[in-house]
Amino acid sequence: MLTLTCPCCGVTVEETELAPGGEAHLKRFGPGASDADFETYMFARKNPKGVHFERWRHAYGCGKWFLAARCTVTWEVFGTYPAQTSEPPAELIAKIKEKRPGWEGWK
Amino acid sequence: MRRYSIFAVAREALRYHSGWEKAWASPEPKKRYDVIVVGAGGHGLATAYYLGKVHGIKNVAIIEKGWLGGGNTGRNTTIIRSNYLQDPSAAIYEKARALYEGLSQDLNYNVMFSPRGLLMLAQSEHEMRGYKRTVYANNLQNVETRWIEPKEVKKLVPILNIAGPRYPVLGALYQEKGGTARHDAVAWGYARACSDMGMDLLQNTEVTGVRTAEGKVVGVDTSRGAIDCGKLAIVVAGHSSVLAGMAGFRLPIESMALQAWVSEPIKPTIDVVVMANLVHGYMSQSDKGELVIGGGTDGFNNYSQRGSWHHVEETTRALIETFPVISRLKMLRQWGGIVDMTGDRSPILSKTPVEGIFVNCGWGTGGFKAIPGSGFAMAELVAKGYSPLAAEFGLHRFKEGQFIDESVAAGVAH
Repeated sequence: MLTLTCPCCGVTVEETELAPGGEAHLKRFGPGASDADFETYMFARKNPKGVHFERWRHAYGCGKWFLAARCTVTWEVFGTYPAQTSEPPAELIAKIKEKRPGWEGWK
Repeated sequence: MRRYSIFAVAREALRYHSGWEKAWASPEPKKRYDVIVVGAGGHGLATAYYLGKVHGIKNVAIIEKGWLGGGNTGRNTTIIRSNYLQDPSAAIYEKARALYEGLSQDLNYNVMFSPRGLLMLAQSEHEMRGYKRTVYANNLQNVETRWIEPKEVKKLVPILNIAGPRYPVLGALYQEKGGTARHDAVAWGYARACSDMGMDLLQNTEVTGVRTAEGKVVGVDTSRGAIDCGKLAIVVAGHSSVLAGMAGFRLPIESMALQAWVSEPIKPTIDVVVMANLVHGYMSQSDKGELVIGGGTDGFNNYSQRGSWHHVEETTRALIETFPVISRLKMLRQWGGIVDMTGDRSPILSKTPVEGIFVNCGWGTGGFKAIPGSGFAMAELVAKGYSPLAAEFGLHRFKEGQFIDESVAAGVAH
């Protein structure tokens, strides 16, 4: 069973206490954007086999959204961090690169 | 290829079964094929089969990184139905169901199609209204379904607890011609027929790259070397995003785990397929006697072919309320597959930004039932560039907002 540490309240919880929210760090496009940008934002997903940055909500706890870096094959969790950021923390990226030398990066 | 028949069985019985041929060949890859199909699951094999049978394109390779039918084709709960809401869905799923009726004869391979009838239980007022609406839609689409009252449901499924109180059965959407088939046999039957047409089945061959030149596909790199092709059909379900990434585009797909499990074998107890979508569970009995149970997908991206334990627990717990008789059964095996989910829970059969590359994916939790129809439409799309059955399932629908929304009536169990 997947366990994640909520960076907002600090509790380490199992998946049944959490609600998944899909890919993180999507760049939002709204009125005035091109059709292609809007379509990409709405639907195109990286869906990587490997390191994935994703949104989670501590639904049956503090209720806050947070972000996690996780491997979609091994379920290894590299780290979690608060959602108020447009890109992953540098030290987390460094940690993942160290563990996965072949990783192509988060973008 | 020697045909399978009662005479063949008799002949072989007289000579110690020494004359059975291998069902398909395992050749070395050629330098070039007119069409390469990636993925030897049901959909990929059916695509190749109808390319040869209907369109006469037989210089085809089907490339598979594992063994044929070893992905979702061998992991699903084998349910066949076509009681969808939207017109394009009804058309392609009903085509598939109709092809299943004659598939054993067509392939000369017993796929054990069993049109035993299928019930979708309405266990809330909302579901009741939804399924009645589906029945009206199906009647307009020439898909035979009808609404039945609780008394008739109970008659069809005596082990069902229709009284509730938590999940009372208020009626059901009944598709009498729905049922099950033997999933492995569908893959094996198509594989045998493809091999017989001279197509190459390349198992244990992983595609590692897609080669393009001037925006057009020219071939693939594989673990057994480079192979050239005229056209490329990507039919790999859970790994669609990975293959699309190799070709340089993204898909509106997220891969998730879907699980199924079976009980210990028991005497015949339920002779129809029952789906209880309110509690995310469905159940039928296999010929071996096991109760085959499936549930909903996990909620997060996953390529590991195993799911979260609590889904098994939740689904079984809910089904026990509806089928109290199963409460003491031991569960025998549990497994997972990686399904390719789209936002509108409808598949994608489409051209792609790269000329010559076609995708058939996004069948999500319900691809098995569609295999013959999907292969039929995909073959037409690859051969002619257009298929009426596939027309509305193109990638353009995400740009234009023309969704084929099958997630409203039942977000699970498609």
